Amino acid sequence: MFEFCSDPAALDTMRWFACYFTTGKHQLFYWSFVTVLVLLAITAPTALAFGFGGAMAARSPVAPLRWFGKGYISVVRGVPDIAFFLFFVIALDQGFEWLRHQAFCPDWTEAIRQGNDFIVCAEAKLPLSTAPQWVHEVYGFFLAVLTFAIVFGAFAANVLFGAMNAVPRGQIEAAEAYGMTPRQAFWRITVRQMWVYALPGLSNLWMVLIKATPLLFLLGVEDIVYWARELGGTVLPRFSDYPHGDWRLYYFLFLLVFYLAFTRVSEKVLARITVRLSRGQATLGAT
Amino acid sequence: MSCWETVQAYAFRSLGYGERLLPRGDFTLCQHFTLIGSGLIWNIYFGLLALIAGFLLANVLAVGKASPRPWLSKPADWFILVFRGSPLFIQFFLAYFIFLELKNAGFMPWLTSAWAGALIVLFLNTAAYSGEIFYGALKSVPKGEVEAADAYGMAGWTRFKRVIWPTQMRLAWPAYTNEAIFLFHATTLVFLSGFPAQRQQGDALYYAQYFADKTFNPFVPYPILAFYFVLVTLVLIFLMGLINKRLNRHLPQATRTRVRYRPVLMR
Repeated sequence: MFEFCSDPAALDTMRWFACYFTTGKHQLFYWSFVTVLVLLAITAPTALAFGFGGAMAARSPVAPLRWFGKGYISVVRGVPDIAFFLFFVIALDQGFEWLRHQAFCPDWTEAIRQGNDFIVCAEAKLPLSTAPQWVHEVYGFFLAVLTFAIVFGAFAANVLFGAMNAVPRGQIEAAEAYGMTPRQAFWRITVRQMWVYALPGLSNLWMVLIKATPLLFLLGVEDIVYWARELGGTVLPRFSDYPHGDWRLYYFLFLLVFYLAFTRVSEKVLARITVRLSRGQATLGAT
Repeated sequence: MSCWETVQAYAFRSLGYGERLLPRGDFTLCQHFTLIGSGLIWNIYFGLLALIAGFLLANVLAVGKASPRPWLSKPADWFILVFRGSPLFIQFFLAYFIFLELKNAGFMPWLTSAWAGALIVLFLNTAAYSGEIFYGALKSVPKGEVEAADAYGMAGWTRFKRVIWPTQMRLAWPAYTNEAIFLFHATTLVFLSGFPAQRQQGDALYYAQYFADKTFNPFVPYPILAFYFVLVTLVLIFLMGLINKRLNRHLPQATRTRVRYRPVLMR
């Protein structure tokens, strides 16, 4: 990075650290924070959409759809989320490959599951074995996002389901008295009014989501935990210009501080949103 | 190998008794159930001990945070903030590396093994979450009850023990049940974080993952794991419901709060 970094062994402490913190691997470490933020930025709306779908399904007058919605909500909540993460990453991958296998290789006669192997034809592999490295990484990240969205979608569905039911019945009745159809009443009244009831649950969910991001590491994404372990571990002089002992403690301390700051800032922002959303509402928190 | 022989060989595998080698191929459903169930012993061990110890510390934290003296309330406040504001996963890693440094310095080498180190982290973590719940409950104890206690001439410890604490527990209990369920779910993280599973003695998720890795079929081990956890959750709700019933026994039927399973809203 800096020109004086050409001979790290001869540097004084300040410059040594300046060079150390700007090595190529450290820049990957900094980029992995962006990965986490991107994950949050994509997952939060996706999970909200899943949650909205789940809540609507759970309220549906069609019985099978309602069972599906309620089942989705209660099954995902009753089991440790980490088990779901580990499950969905493999299950989704195999599901996609199975679908593509059915579509691309209809004349394949052998069984897909042979003992301990899962075999699909070469055209159905995801990503294709000829694909460049970045496609593999993007696909892994995509699976992680989808998994997060499914799990947190169930939590969001639970919150939104409660919020939709919390909208005062009188408001819906007023809408019906104006001649709105149930569909119109739902979209024009319930969906507009439910946010203030959903907000405490959703802000809590956001906090839980932030605190779930290190689990990306378990899904095989090179995230901040991966790099903190990688960079913090003991480095021998043979392998690097910047040898050091076991610094993982300090790297993880840094991650802890990062998360503390992140949740703290989120709390402040959410408090402001709450005030804004409860404006004009007939609740105690309204101004 | 018949199913009963499998149970004999692997029922306490997670504690190091029975067959040394894990099954390697041709996995039967019986092996799945036995080994994952064997791992569940660790989850119950971590969950139960952390819950009991955490309950005690949480009460201290709640009273501390509510204290008007800053030298009491500030530390409790900070403790709760740090443990609630950061991911448990990171806390496990950080604690493991701290214990590792201690071990290298010659202090308490047993802290780096999961049974002690991870238990401490879980204990502190659940104490912080429950402490916040109990603090919230303490703040919502009705003023009238405290004034009535004052009128009877109660003060200090007597007033706390006889009036404030029972009401506080009663108010906090539904949320606390939730936290207990979450704690049991969180125990699955132990062997996936810094703490190593020695001689393949791990928890339920560890064995479920072992099977999923070997068979490349997630559709068998994870549903079994889910089954066990739903079972644990139901037992927990039942037991906490009994305590809740006792805490509410002086109230008229209609006003009693029931323990309901409402995750997320608290954590």
